[in-house]
Amino acid sequence: MRALAAGPIPEKIRRVPALLARSLIPMLGIVLFLGLWAGVARTIDTSLGTFPGPAAVWSQALGLWKEHRAERARANAFYERQTKRNEQLRSEYPDAPIKWRSYTGKPTFLDQILTSLYTVACGFAFASLVAVPLGIVCGLSEKFYSAVNPIIQVFKPVSPLAWLPLVTMVVSALYTSDDPLFQKSFLNSAFTVALCCLWPTVINTTVGVAGVEQDLINVSRVLKLSPLTHVRKVVLPSAVPLIFTGLRLSLATGWMVLIAAEMLAQNPGLGKFIWDEFQNGSSDSLGRIMVAVVVIGLVGFVLDRAMLRLQRAANWDKRAVLR
Amino acid sequence: MTRYLEFSRIGKVFQADDGPFEALCDVSLTIDRGEFVTLIGHSGCGKSTLLNIVAGLEAATTGAAILEGREIFEPGPDRAVVFQHHALMPWLSCYGNVELAVRQVFRDRKTRAEMRDWILHTLRLVDMDHAADRMPHEISGGMKQRVGIARCLAMEPKVVLMDEPFGALDALTRAKLQDTVMEIQAALANTVIMITHDVDEAVLLSDRILMMTNGPSATIGDVVDVALPRPRERLELAENAVYNHYRRVVLDFLYAARRGATAGRDAAALTLAASRDDARSGQEAGAGKDTAGKRRERNGYAA
Repeated sequence: MRALAAGPIPEKIRRVPALLARSLIPMLGIVLFLGLWAGVARTIDTSLGTFPGPAAVWSQALGLWKEHRAERARANAFYERQTKRNEQLRSEYPDAPIKWRSYTGKPTFLDQILTSLYTVACGFAFASLVAVPLGIVCGLSEKFYSAVNPIIQVFKPVSPLAWLPLVTMVVSALYTSDDPLFQKSFLNSAFTVALCCLWPTVINTTVGVAGVEQDLINVSRVLKLSPLTHVRKVVLPSAVPLIFTGLRLSLATGWMVLIAAEMLAQNPGLGKFIWDEFQNGSSDSLGRIMVAVVVIGLVGFVLDRAMLRLQRAANWDKRAVLR
Repeated sequence: MTRYLEFSRIGKVFQADDGPFEALCDVSLTIDRGEFVTLIGHSGCGKSTLLNIVAGLEAATTGAAILEGREIFEPGPDRAVVFQHHALMPWLSCYGNVELAVRQVFRDRKTRAEMRDWILHTLRLVDMDHAADRMPHEISGGMKQRVGIARCLAMEPKVVLMDEPFGALDALTRAKLQDTVMEIQAALANTVIMITHDVDEAVLLSDRILMMTNGPSATIGDVVDVALPRPRERLELAENAVYNHYRRVVLDFLYAARRGATAGRDAAALTLAASRDDARSGQEAGAGKDTAGKRRERNGYAA
């Protein structure tokens, strides 16, 4: 009683025990998993040494980070030297042509993560730009939908790896430029991602658009809204929750597809990193691959959370439970 | 009186899976400007179909609905509809919902500021201006229906069509909204067609009650002119012999229609308990005060 009389406990502090209790069980799960992993890993002997446990993976992660720092330092030193050399050249011969070369070191693990993120973002954005309008048309016109549906249903289950050779050949046949804006490997990965990202968004958008409540459509008819206003003011807002569900599924698919595409086609990114390490076959390789696996998982998780945030923000039905 | 709105031998046949189904047959009627008409009848008798034909949401198979000498082919804001389940856009606030209508209808006729005033004015008419910024899911069913009425009135329609607007509301909310509708109608003199299942509502609000026969091939079976002076007071009317006479007439019609209906096809709807009680006491020639008093208690009006 005396403690209560001392004054109300601030809200933030009062919530700490509840927060601890809530995070206790997930923490317990993680700790148990790490223990199990360490135990089992020790018993697996491969031709590249024992399977890496959590400690080995952690040290490899630190190693990759150090490598990245070292590579950046080398790059900076290279540019510094080049600047100095150019300045000297200019002071001696003002008319001399100045050449600027970029550093051509091996991409580090962090570079590969960024490449993968950039590729998936482009592929996903391209797919969304196609899929949302396509889904809207499918949802609005039953005839169009029945014309397109068989094609969607057949292409939907196709694995990205089946597309990859075709995409590669088509890109190299059609994309011929002396000074290409994008690298071919990037286009291959991005298009493969896009081809697999399309379907969840198309299908969910179609369902959302076709499922607009009849009463709301009648309101629109009574108001004589023009077709464009009808889509903008009634159909789209009504379909937004499902469109975002589709986009979220698409992005998750895209991320999985990308890693596979990079591995198979040797396109820069996390997939290539894994493949290179596998081919490299040093005693560190398995640990480094495991780092990549964890990073792929974490990035996928973060992407999904970001989409969930977006989905919640865009959803007008704030009572909807999204997870 | 001029022929403002005319039903000219309206018939409607639906193509069902097991062959054609004639919902409406030969519905003819003229409605005057400013008249308040209710359609009453058992479920599935084609009331909504008739209303939708006037709204232009459905096309008549034969005959036509004619407004000011022009046949109705398509929906339009001159025949605004209040839907049974409010039909508010859940992503728009109360204000936004009315705004959607006002922007469309008055696009070339009002400035932004005038539109804003007009929206707030119509919300005030239904006593919802205090909740203009609330979202539909934040307000009660009765309030949603008020906003639905505001949206409808905001279009300045020639005819207001109400499809069982209070059907989903509790008795007290319903009574309040009926009063609101009566006040607005007294002020604006709208022409109103309203569907209802509620005999009291029909007698209280209407100038004329159209009683529909049971489907298939439903038509207007009988018309009651309600010659009660306005403004009408719910509590006073409960004891009024003329009012009770109209109630009896409507109930008798519905009860007869129900008895006449094929067993199993109907069963549903209507203020059944009341209709049964009153029909029985009618046979005993008892009538009058006693029944009305009982009913008032039941409906919770007498407070």
